[in-house]
Parts: sequence; C-alpha cells; structure tokens
Amino acid sequence: MQHHEEEALGKAYDSHLMRRLLRYLAPYRIQVFLALLITAAASLLQVCGPYLTKIGIDRYIVTKNYEGLNKVALIYVSIIILGFLLGYIQTYIMQLTGQKIMYDLRLEIFTHLQRLPLAFFDRNPVGRLMTRVTTDVDVLNELFTAGVVTLLGDVLVLLGIVVIIFYLNFKLALVAMSVIPLIFLITVVFKIKARDSYRRVRTAIARINAFLQEHITGMSIVQLFNHERKSFAQFDEINRGHLTANLDSVMAYSVFFPAVQVVSALAIALIIWYGGGQVIERELSFGALVAFIQYSERFFRPIADLSEKYNILQSAMASSERIFKLLDFPIDIKQPEQPVRLKEIQGEIEFRHVWFAYNRLDPKKESAGPATGRALPALNPVTRESEWDWVLKDVSFKVNPGEAVAVVGHTGAGKTTLTSLLMRFYDIQKGEILLDGHDIRTLDLQQLRRSFGFVLQDVFLFSGTIASNIRLGTPGITEEAIYRAAQDVNLEEFVEELPNGYVEEVKERGSTLSTGQKQLIAFARALAHDPRNLILDEATSSVDTDTELKIRDAIARLMQGRTSIIIAHRLSTIQNADKIIVMHKGQIREIGTHQELLAQRGIYYKLYQLQYKDQELPLART
Amino acid sequence: MKKLSTLHRLRAYVGRYRARLLLGALCVSLSNLAAIASPRFLKYAIDSLGGSISKEKLLAYSALIVVFAVLEGIFLFLMRKIMIGVSRYIEYDLRNDLFAHLLGLSRRYYQNHKTGDIMSRATNDMNAVRMLLGPGIMYSANTIVRMIVVLFFMLHIHVTLTLFALATIPIVSLAVRYFGAVIHKRFEKIQEAFSEISARVQENLAGIRVIKAFTQESSEIEQFKRLSQEYISQEYIHKNLGLIRVWGAFYPMLGALLGVGGVFVLWFGGREVMAGRITLGDFVAFNAYLGMLSWPMIALGWVINIIERGSASMGRINHIFDAQPEIKDDSVSVSPVPFILQDKSGSRSLPAGPVLSEIQGEIEFKNLSFAYNGTRVLRDINLRIPRGATYSIVGETGSGKSTLINLLARTYESTDGEILIDGLPIQKYPLRSLRSQMGYVPQETFLFSDTIRENIAFGVEEASQTAVHEAARLAQILPDVEGFPKRFETLIGERGITLSGGQQQRTAIARALIRNPRILILDDALSSVDTYTEERILTALKEIMRGRTSILISHRVSTVKFADQIIVLNQGSIVERGTHEELLDRGGYYAELYQKQLLEEELAGA
Ligand SMILES: Nc1ncnc2c1ncn2[C@@H]1O[C@H](COP(=O)(O)OP(=O)(O)OP(=O)(O)O)[C@@H](O)[C@H]1O
Ligand SMILES: Nc1ncnc2c1ncn2[C@@H]1O[C@H](COP(=O)(O)OP(=O)(O)OP(=O)(O)O)[C@@H](O)[C@H]1O
Ligand SMILES: [Mg+2]
Ligand SMILES: [Mg+2]
Repeated sequence: MQHHEEEALGKAYDSHLMRRLLRYLAPYRIQVFLALLITAAASLLQVCGPYLTKIGIDRYIVTKNYEGLNKVALIYVSIIILGFLLGYIQTYIMQLTGQKIMYDLRLEIFTHLQRLPLAFFDRNPVGRLMTRVTTDVDVLNELFTAGVVTLLGDVLVLLGIVVIIFYLNFKLALVAMSVIPLIFLITVVFKIKARDSYRRVRTAIARINAFLQEHITGMSIVQLFNHERKSFAQFDEINRGHLTANLDSVMAYSVFFPAVQVVSALAIALIIWYGGGQVIERELSFGALVAFIQYSERFFRPIADLSEKYNILQSAMASSERIFKLLDFPIDIKQPEQPVRLKEIQGEIEFRHVWFAYNRLDPKKESAGPATGRALPALNPVTRESEWDWVLKDVSFKVNPGEAVAVVGHTGAGKTTLTSLLMRFYDIQKGEILLDGHDIRTLDLQQLRRSFGFVLQDVFLFSGTIASNIRLGTPGITEEAIYRAAQDVNLEEFVEELPNGYVEEVKERGSTLSTGQKQLIAFARALAHDPRNLILDEATSSVDTDTELKIRDAIARLMQGRTSIIIAHRLSTIQNADKIIVMHKGQIREIGTHQELLAQRGIYYKLYQLQYKDQELPLART
Repeated sequence: MKKLSTLHRLRAYVGRYRARLLLGALCVSLSNLAAIASPRFLKYAIDSLGGSISKEKLLAYSALIVVFAVLEGIFLFLMRKIMIGVSRYIEYDLRNDLFAHLLGLSRRYYQNHKTGDIMSRATNDMNAVRMLLGPGIMYSANTIVRMIVVLFFMLHIHVTLTLFALATIPIVSLAVRYFGAVIHKRFEKIQEAFSEISARVQENLAGIRVIKAFTQESSEIEQFKRLSQEYISQEYIHKNLGLIRVWGAFYPMLGALLGVGGVFVLWFGGREVMAGRITLGDFVAFNAYLGMLSWPMIALGWVINIIERGSASMGRINHIFDAQPEIKDDSVSVSPVPFILQDKSGSRSLPAGPVLSEIQGEIEFKNLSFAYNGTRVLRDINLRIPRGATYSIVGETGSGKSTLINLLARTYESTDGEILIDGLPIQKYPLRSLRSQMGYVPQETFLFSDTIRENIAFGVEEASQTAVHEAARLAQILPDVEGFPKRFETLIGERGITLSGGQQQRTAIARALIRNPRILILDDALSSVDTYTEERILTALKEIMRGRTSILISHRVSTVKFADQIIVLNQGSIVERGTHEELLDRGGYYAELYQKQLLEEELAGA
C-alpha cells in the first residue's frame, strides 16, 4: 500500500500558509470588511449585557426604582434584538462568501489538475487527488465561515471584557486575570498533544480514500481472486490506524475543555473571595461584583471553545498545505511562452536522437519522486546517462507527410512511449521531436494535440452516452460526423439495435459494453475529431477479424494524405504501411518497407516467420 | 418518523457499547450535579455579604466552588473521553462493516453506482454519522440533563421567575423542529450534489489521458464549473430556503431567545428582589443558573445540525447496506459451515478459506440463455467441456463470449438454464471455493498499485518467492521484471499504468497461473502481446493446461487452433463446434476467419 504516504505536516499555524489563504479573501474584501465590522459591533453589544445587569442592580434594584428597571430591561431587549440581527447578517455574509471562496478554490484546483503532466498522475492515486478537490476544500470552508471571523469576534469580546473589568475595578480585575498564565500552560500542553495525533489522523484518512477508490474500481478482481479476506484485513489495518490516532486525539481534547472550566471556576472563586472582601469594605458595589462574575463566565467561554477552533485551524492548515502543494506542483509541460502556431499542419514527424526515461535510476533520488510527486527533473546537461532508467535510447526516424508508418516490436519495447512523447504527454531528456520541422516544445500545445487523433491502447469511456463519448466536449462535431465515424468503425449496426441508439447510456468506464465495442467507440471518437494525423495504438486488438478488415478499408480511405502511426502486434494489420519501424528494448533496430525488412532477415523477419509458420501448417493439410 | 428508521441500523452498534455509554451518561449526570453546586455557594456568599461575614467564610465558599469545579472537570473529562471514544469505535465498526458489505456486492451494483458516489458515502457521509454519534449524542445528553437539573433548582428559588426565564423555550423548540427539518432536507441535497462532484472528479482523473489526448481540458473545466456552481448556488444560496439563510437565522436566534429570558429575569427578578420576595443572592444565583443553560442552548443549535446531517447521511449509507448481494451462497451449499472470520469485537463475518475438496473440472452449460437487461445476449447454449479438455471460443465482438465466462465465474447470475461443474449446479458450490478453483485472466486487465510481486501473488494465501518466480516465468513477464531496477519489488501505478499494455496483461496471466487452478480461463488474454511472446506463452500454457480444464477466448486463429474443440459464437448462439480441421472442412464462419487471417499473411508475404 505504497503511494499513500501522506506528506508530513508542518505547524498547526503557519503564517505563510495563512497569508496565502487570506489572499483568497481578497476578491471579497468588501463583504469580509462588512462582516468584520458587524462582528465588532456585535461583540460590543455582547459585552454590554453584564454591565446593564450591574446598573440594574446598583442603581435601581438596590434603590427600588421600578421605572429605572423597566428602562434597563427595555434597553437590554433592544440590544439583544440588535445582536440577533447583526449575528444573522454576519453569518449570512460569511457563509455566502465562504461558499464563493470554496467555489473559486475548487475551480482553481481542478483547473490545475487538468494541466498537470501525466507523470504526476502516474504517481498519485486518484482517491487522494479527489480528496483535494472535495474534502480538503470543505475543511477550508469551515475556517472561513466559522474560523476567521468568529475568532476575531472572540478576540474583541475578550478585549472588551478586559477593558470593562479593569474600568470597573482595577485591583479585582488584576486578581481575576491572575489565572491567565494557567490558560497558557494548558494550551501549550494541549497543542503538543493534539498535533501529533492529528497528523496520524490525516494520513489514515488519505489512506482510506485511496484504498477505497482502488478497491471499488477493482472489486470484481478482488472477488474473482478470493481476495476479500485479505483486502478486508488490509482495510481493517488502515481503519484501525485511523481509530487509534483518533482515540489519542480524543484524550487531548477531553482534557482541554474541563481544564479551562476549572480555571474559570478558579477565577470566579477568586472574585468572590477577593471581591467579596471588597464589597464588605465598600470598595465594590454588589452590582459590580455580579457583573464581574458574569464577565468571567463570558470570558472563559470562547477560551473553552478554543480547542474546537484549534481543531478547525489545524485541519485548515493541513488541508491548505496539501492543496497548495498540489497547486505549486510545476506544470512542466505547458504552453511555451511564445508558441508557434502553424497555419496548416503537414504532418511531417521527425525524432532526432531522442532519449527518454520515466524514472531516474538512483533509488535515493527516486524516493523524492513518487511520494511527494515532484516533477521529473527537466533536461539537465550534467545528468549522466547512467542515472536514468532509459526507456527510449537514441531513437531517430522521420515520417513524411501523408505517410503511414507502422511500429512493431516486442511488448514493452517502447512503442506506446513513442506516441506519448509525440503527444507531449512527457518531455524528453535528450534529443528533439519535430513536427513540420518545429520542435514540439515550441508548438502550441493544444494545436499539437488536436492535430493527432489518438486511439489509446488503454480504452477509457466516460459515463454518459455513446454519442457523448464519441464527441466528448468538442464543439462542432455534428450528429452527422458521429454517425459517419460509427459507420467507419462498423459500430452502426450495433448502436442502431440499442433501445436508445446513440443516446444509449454508457456507464462508468463503459462497463456494460463488450471490450471490443468499447474499443470501437474509442476508435470512432478519434475519427470523429477529424484529425490531421492519426495514431492507432493497438486500436483493434480486441476486435474480431471481420470488423477489423472492414475498418481497415475505411481507414485507408480516410488516411489518404494524412500521416498515421500504427502500432500493432499483428503484422498482417500493418502490411500497407509505407514504412515499418521495428523497436527492440527502446531502440530502433530496423526501418524499411515490409519487403525490405523481410530481405534483411532481422527481427521483423523472425516475427513474421513466427506468424506465417502458424498459418502454414494447417494450410498444407487442407 | 423517517429519521428514526434511518438511524435504526445504528442501534446494534450503539448497543455493543451500551455499558460504556451508560457510564458516560452517569458522568454527564455527575458533572452536572457538581456544576450546579457553584451557584448555590455563590448565593450563600452574596447573601451573607449583606450581613457581616468573615473573610474566612468567604474563602471557604470560594474553596468549595473550586472543589466542585474540579469534580465537575473530572466527570466532564470522563464523559468526553468515554462518549467521543465510543463514537470512534462505532465509526470504526461501521466503516469496516461497510467495506465488508461492499466486498460482497456484485458486479451489477458497481455498474449502476459510480465509484465517486460510493466513496463519498463511505467517507464524507460516514464522517457526518460519526459526528452524530459522538458530539451529537454527548451534547444532547448533556443538554437534557442540564435542563432538568437547572430547572429543578430554578423552580426551587422561584416558580414564576422560572416560568418567565424559560418563557422562550417553546419558541426555541418550535424553531428547532422547523429548522431541523429544513436542514435535513437541504443537507440531503447538498450531500447528493457533493457526491456528484466527487464522481465527476473521479472519472475525470481516471480518464485524464483521454482528456489530454483530445484536449478536453477546457470543456471539462466548464462542466466542473457548472456542477460546483450548482452545488453552491442551488443548495446553499438561491432556493428560497437555502441552507445559509436558514442557518444564518437559526444560530443567533437561539442566543437571542435565551438572552430575552435573561432580561425577563433581570426585570421580573429585580422587582421580586425589591419586593423582598427573594434575596439578592437568589437573584444572582438565578442568573448563574440561566448562564449555565446558555452554552448547552447554543450547543443545541449545533447539535440539531449535527443530528440532522448525521441522519441524512446515515440514510445515504443505508442505501449501500440495503443493497443485497445479487450473487451469494445458497443456504444449501455443498459445504455446511463456511468458517467465519471473527474480528476481535466479534462483529464481522466473511466466509473464508476454500472448503471444497478439489473439483474435477467438468463444465456443462445446459440450455443456458441470458439477458443483462431485456436483450438476449446468450441463447440456448448447450456445451459440455470434459475435464482436462481445452476449449476455445471465437466469435464477433459482442457475440457473448465474455458473458459466458461471467456466468461461469458467477459475476452475473444465470437465470435461464443451468451451469454444472462436475454435474452439480454452480450455485450449489460456495462462491469462494468455486472461484478458488478458477484461474481467470479477464479481458481487461486490472492491477493494483502495489509491487509486481503482490500483484502476482494476489489470488493465493501465501506465495513463496519461487512460486511467484515460476508464475512470472510461465507468463513470460520474467524477462521484463528482471529488467526493472527493483525487479519484483517494482511499484506499479494505479491500474498498472506504469507498465506497458503487454506487461500488464502478462502480469494478469501470472496472477491466474500462480493459483494452480483446476479451470483456466483466458479471455482474449493475449491481445496485447506480440506474436513472439504469444507463441512462447502458448507453449508454456500447453504444458500447464494438460490435465486442467481450459477455456481460451480469442479472435486469433493462431491462439485457438490447437484446442480440443473450437466453439463459434454468433449473436449469442453456438453456430459451429469442432476441431480446427473439422471446422475448416465445414467451411463456415471459422473457415472464413481462417481464410481471412491467412489471406492477410499471404498478402503481406507476397
Ligand atoms: N508511465 C510509466 N512510468 C514508468 N514506466 C513506464 C511507464 N509507461 C511505460 N513504462 C515502461 O516503459 C517501457 C516501455 O513501455 P511501452 O508502454 O512504451 O511499451 P510498448 O512497446 O507499448 O509495449 P506493449 O506492446 O506491451 O504495449 C516498459 O518497460 C514499461 O514498463
Ligand atoms: N454488464 C452488461 N450489461 C448490459 N449489457 C452488456 C453487459 N456486458 C455486455 N453487454 C452486452 O452484451 C453483449 C455481449 O457482450 P460480451 O462482453 O459477452 O461480448 P464478447 O463476445 O466478449 O465481445 P468482445 O469480443 O468484444 O469481448 C454485447 O452486446 C454487450 O454490449
Ligand atoms: Mg503499448
Ligand atoms: Mg469479451
């Protein structure tokens, strides 16, 4: 269960992170400002209550002034109603703003994810990335709505109380405040305890997510291979890690709240003891004493709440750290500064001494790779050849516009890699790849990719309909074009028999279609996009011969005047190629036409012999 | 009482920790009893301030307040530790059970439910339920107990004043009911929308290659934008009772209502003090009691929110629990008692371990017809595969080849007709032991993000280094593995993305072979390997298949021709059967297929 290492967490409060987080408030500064203003007013009102009680007691109750008492009560009620209104407006504004910020953030993360290079996705489980867009963002929401502003409100209330009690009676206020160091002590201990367990909780959650995602998608394999018990045991272990980490944090949180409660009682006791003495000595009024007691209750309430707030803060820091890490992940395959936009793509492709590796060899250096998902280091002149786990070695070839080129070779030879490089899914370490004479790294990325119709070896369908899977989100693909593409890949008959035809529902990953049918839809998808060049990576490997032959005719027609690269293990499927490239262990071994290669008696010849021999034997018998 | 029924499932879990919860409840009561003492001493102190009181007496009262506060603190601590702890245990149990349940659900379920949606229920909703079980229960209990205790003491001081102070309570409870219902409904919608976002993101990330290849990034962003806009605007903002509007009012309202009670106390209580009917100490104590209610009251708003969210989420989790495994063991299985996996808490059960003695491997399909939903995919299949024989199946795309295998492995349940192994319907075998006899290479490879070793050893209990090695060798993946810097310890990406197509497929073959199965099934399992490797795998397989029943599905004549029997499926029916030579002589679909493939070779060779 690798790939899951959740990054170690930093501090619970990181001013750098916080500053960056607050930047998201900037577009809503008016709202935030308003909310703060309202909070300040509301806090002020909150502080008034006990003071009114004091006035009520000292001026009116003690002197038996009914009129006055009525007046105070009336003022008090108005203050409460005003407080309610302010509170309502504040919550409303902050929730609304919070949602908007979340929306912005979510979109930013998602957008960034769309731009990240494939190397990133090779290393980060989908389940974990999902968490970034969903749960982590929600955690921040809490910070913005319940955290930032309320925290400020709390601070204002505390300040207000301190001011008033010192105004009421300086000495008693000093005595009451003498417990504050205790609060600090408790908080420090709590912080240390809470942090470690929190980190473990986060790691466990990330693991649970990644594990679930993978096992839900691979459930039938789990079941077919009787792996349920083992899977369950693995899950139980992760789940148990989550449990114990949480139980540890329960301890820290359970202590904090009651401890503050005790300190608060201590303060009240001090007020009674010392303040009571003052009352006896007529240095303090009854009302003031009562107000003091009420104030000290109100003083400690937000502090007792602090553990909750701390939790919010801590979660928010952890989430934002992970989110920012994702956002900071460099997009090293991106639109060049000044992209070359070709007017028309001819389709001349050239590889010049291309060297490529997915990974570095040195395990020490590599370890920084998978977990943190650091980008592959860019081309570095000092890197030595031996440092890389080369998948392509010094590959050079040229495809003229309009040519059909076949790539053959043993499995794992690097054929798919070749096409991925051409699409600029990965950048190469050495050499050059040219399209129409331009290094593809200087070309407009969108234009480059759009010029290729790519049938990937690994078929992927989205949930939606058959039509939506052929069209994807590309505007301008007409119904007509979809039908035509379906016709070309011989899907027409099948689709028309479906109850809903082209709008028949396709489930996640196309799970209700046969493998061949999925492949055909993916094929139709590439054709419907009417590309300049076509890349077919084992595009008909799961399709029966009959269909394959029919498609081939259609393709041959379509590819007139377009460049195409065809990868196939069945040599028969590539017979019409203008050129055949034979790859072996990441190198090009042979290039030539079918006849030339046969004459050469190399790898191709051997491969061919193998297939031919297969067929010959029974032929002799018939 | 819809809520009660959704929460019904939790009863068993809660019951498991009954003793601890009772202890927790005891702590709640004790802490409240300790808490209630403090205003009493306050009253005594204040009352005696009017007369003459020694400083020692004051000190004594103060000390008592602290002592009781410490007592209260201890019980509060215990209460939290116990009750929140229990909620964590229940969460753990529940999540384990959910996963165990997911392990039992059949393919059809996963077809109809999106991964992102299931995940969102298992994580996000699970969390909401945990909140209900922990803080939700704890604070409710605390609020209730506190209300009772405080009410008792308030009444003790002054009945009318109490009524005044609590005059707003009925409004509070009305508000709670009303807002609670709204929150529940809103929250259900919000969770749904959230699920949709999860599912969208999940699919997008899983299909990122296609998205990049077809430069769909901006269109995807556009769609995501729409979805998340809906998520916030529909549910939070615009609907006339958006959550924000409700929530924004609810919280401050509770505080305000309580505050109004406080004013009543000041006003009416003040008059009573002036009239001499209560002492100033009573008045202050009364205020303190009211103050003791304020936090639980405000917490009440929060608790209502938690409970509503929790029960809405529980309803969503119940959807998963309520899904019955379509395919499960008959009650009258060949094996009487599958041994049960016991967790420490004794709660979970998963049948484990093969209980069946080895089967012989004779397979028979009898009048088998099948439809996934409505349209017939298989029609009246009659086929007997003697044990140890190798049968091949060919046929057009979509002719039902994989479906036949799905039925044999019971990923789908046959409804019409029978499938027998060694003369017994497959339903009579425990699912586990049936599958444990099969080595299956699915048409689409799925590998886990783990080491190559773990992936190969996936289907066996224990695998020795040599067994893994041997399986890898037979599947011809060994040379590739040896070429990797970390060899068998090489980590592969999710689904195997860091391996080439052929490497993935061969790893899957090794995974099937290592099980040493009686029945070997290869569903087009050589489609992504080159001819040379195919040849070598087939040579190895011929050896392995001796004595095992094997089914090979392929589109290539070269793969199927050596089989004892070749079956041709067309539109779900068997249209031809026989050996390679027989079928060639017959001149049907197979002969044509052969000619076509041969023709290609000849053309190529010409
Ligand atoms: N994303 C990746 N990360 C790391 N290594 C990879 C990745 N993709 C492929 N490889 C490795 O690179 C080598 C070449 O793989 P590639 O997919 O190009 O082979 P291929 O010629 O297409 O083979 P096949 O015919 O089996 O599809 C293999 O050894 C493979 O394990
Ligand atoms: N889960 C499913 N739900 C509904 N229909 C399905 C499901 N799986 C397959 N089908 C349909 O049943 C038919 C037979 O599918 P099956 O996968 O058995 O074909 P196949 O012979 O294996 O084809 P291929 O050669 O492409 O693998 C197809 O028309 C397919 O669309
Ligand atoms: Mg490939
Ligand atoms: Mg199939």
